[in-house]
Amino acid sequence: MTLVGWFQIILVLGVTTAAAWGLGVYLARLYSGERTFLTPVLAPVEGLLRRMSGHDGGEQDWRHYTLAMLAFNAVGFLLLYALMRLQGVLPVNPQGFGGVPADLSFNTAVSFVTNTNWQAYGGESTMSNFVQMAGLTVQNFLSAATGIALAVAFTRAFARSNARTLGNFWDDLVKTTLYVLLPGSILLALAFVALGIPQTLAGHVDATTLEGASQAIAIGPVASQEAIKQFGTNGGGFFNANAAHPFENPSQWSNMLSIFAMLLLSAALPFMFGRMVGDGRQGRALFIAMFVFLLAGVAVVYWAETAGNPLMTALGVDPAMGNMEGKEVRFGQALTALFVVVTTGLSCGAVNAMHASLTPLGGLVPLALIQLGEVAPGGVGSGLYGMLIMAVLTVFIAGLMVGRTPDYLGKKIEVREMKLVMLALLILPLVILGFSAVSAIMPMSLASLANAGPHGLSEILYAYSSGAGNNGSAFAGLNANTFWYNTTLGITMFLGRFAFIVPMMAVAGSIGAKLRIPASKGSFPTHGVLFVTLLVAVILIVTGLEYFPALALGPIVEQFLMLAGKTF
Amino acid sequence: MLTHLRPAFVLLFLLTTLTGIAYPLAITGLAQIVLPHAANGSLIVVDGKVIGSELIGQNWTSDRYFHGRPSAAGNGYDAMPSSGSNLGPTSAKLMDRVKQDVDALRASGAATVPADAVTASGSGLDPDISPAFALLQVSRVAKARGADEATVRKLVTDATEDGAVGEPRVNVLLLNMGLDRLSSGGNG
Repeated sequence: MTLVGWFQIILVLGVTTAAAWGLGVYLARLYSGERTFLTPVLAPVEGLLRRMSGHDGGEQDWRHYTLAMLAFNAVGFLLLYALMRLQGVLPVNPQGFGGVPADLSFNTAVSFVTNTNWQAYGGESTMSNFVQMAGLTVQNFLSAATGIALAVAFTRAFARSNARTLGNFWDDLVKTTLYVLLPGSILLALAFVALGIPQTLAGHVDATTLEGASQAIAIGPVASQEAIKQFGTNGGGFFNANAAHPFENPSQWSNMLSIFAMLLLSAALPFMFGRMVGDGRQGRALFIAMFVFLLAGVAVVYWAETAGNPLMTALGVDPAMGNMEGKEVRFGQALTALFVVVTTGLSCGAVNAMHASLTPLGGLVPLALIQLGEVAPGGVGSGLYGMLIMAVLTVFIAGLMVGRTPDYLGKKIEVREMKLVMLALLILPLVILGFSAVSAIMPMSLASLANAGPHGLSEILYAYSSGAGNNGSAFAGLNANTFWYNTTLGITMFLGRFAFIVPMMAVAGSIGAKLRIPASKGSFPTHGVLFVTLLVAVILIVTGLEYFPALALGPIVEQFLMLAGKTF
Repeated sequence: MLTHLRPAFVLLFLLTTLTGIAYPLAITGLAQIVLPHAANGSLIVVDGKVIGSELIGQNWTSDRYFHGRPSAAGNGYDAMPSSGSNLGPTSAKLMDRVKQDVDALRASGAATVPADAVTASGSGLDPDISPAFALLQVSRVAKARGADEATVRKLVTDATEDGAVGEPRVNVLLLNMGLDRLSSGGNG
């Protein structure tokens, strides 16, 4: 670790925090129906979209809001699935790719609709430019817009008193796309091109090297996809190597901009929450809890990776550069570590280094951050509503300790809400540990492993954690493009997204209907150091109880074996 | 549910047009006009022939050129399916590969072996190497070309990028182009 490295890390996080605060203010205005600087330009477009789609923009209760969201995601899934199956007969296919197989299409369609962007395929060798643009890029926008809309609805449940409704899904969806995701992506895409990321409709370029060898270089409309991939915490790369590929991430500048872009919206949403509930301190407390995990995570990864791999040192490798397997020279250890932590603390899943080749402790951190439930600070929207679910659990536990009915922001938390919260929380460990356990004993699924020993278990555990957390990064040695993994990971991603959302929206409906009572002397303040500490501790304890045994058999035992000089 | 189907279909269609067709095409058009070099992959063209992209590493084998890092992309620097090795930190396969590369470098007289010289990058297309790895190769390249070692070493120092942002690194393709210019200049 070096001072310069830490300076780079703090610089990126500092700039992002400042921008996130400003964006949070903008978002609060936008979703409260106030005018923004983009309103004069975009209001007519918004009106046109509303008239053509034939909805009245009226307020919806939680059931209709959720049903509208499910209907939209269902047709989105069907369209994407159809585009991939029919790829061979569709236009803009300079590479001449045929249709994508059924199981891979199912997996990929679920993956992009759920904002996971798990990729069991190599982008440049599977998907035509048309499918990348009209299929995958579209869902990068729409899955992000869906997540943010849901977080806004959940926020309204706390902001409103005695209200039956949570807003209108279609309006929130369109507003998010037009006022947030599109303008942000346009700016980012142009900046990315200026930093060297290609943007062309060509499929590949043929080069003849100085030695006379020929090299075919895959290329395409990369910058436009890269922008929304980061901004919408999607993470699905144009290329197989994702943001480690020099065309997706050509320099340290593009690397820093990528980290900024993926962190910005998720970091802005707690600030938006604070403003919308009328108490900025509440949003700040959530933000701090999120960043505690990020900072702790980056410290461990940075330390573990610069310490290097003693097995390589024993072979005569100079440990000065740290562990370089799976890393690019141009990013350095500090901002590689920050990227690793941000992409998994968020449910982004873009990678600028191969997580499978991180040291055991360096690989433990991204895995654990995903298993925290994607709340540090989580995906766009999903991070905020995930954190709010944890906040509700925290005030409930605090209430038990002092023997009072707990309340959060003046809303009483009662039996019905707690049952739903537990339902949402238990679905994740159930699918992650359930499918991992089955995959760890079946010869069919074990045949996909690239690494033996505890690292093999980590590959499986990472895959299902990444799917359920809607992250999308991988210990990519695992050959996941098989019928078993495509199907079970598809189911995992679906449950990780929607089996969490439905009870979460039921909680929103029930909280919105409650009276907002003013804080009294007996209320537990939810903006101070005590609450933040308790929230962090609850998240750690809940996750630890669920996953520690599995982690002990994977990365933790591998660390000890590595130090003991054992290979597999 | 049925009342939601019409807005679902219509908005999906309209937003697909906007975000999946208009957005990437507008960015493509703009990028091609304003920044054609970057938009087309930062290609290096010599005498009308594309010799590579300055961003994409190549598979150098001749002793007359500087070599890049080991690559796990295809048979080495295959820029159609980019890939890392994805081997874990306790992988015997990884350690065997590293040992082989370390032994080869040691045999050619290297005292210390920088980590990037024996590890595969994440993309398999890393265009850069560390200055230490470049300096390690100076005597081999100079010998193969019959050139003066000090001249080649100066070429490496000049090609080293060490700005305020970004790691110290040497772009292998640009360095090797410098080598060729050196010899053609030397031979008149």
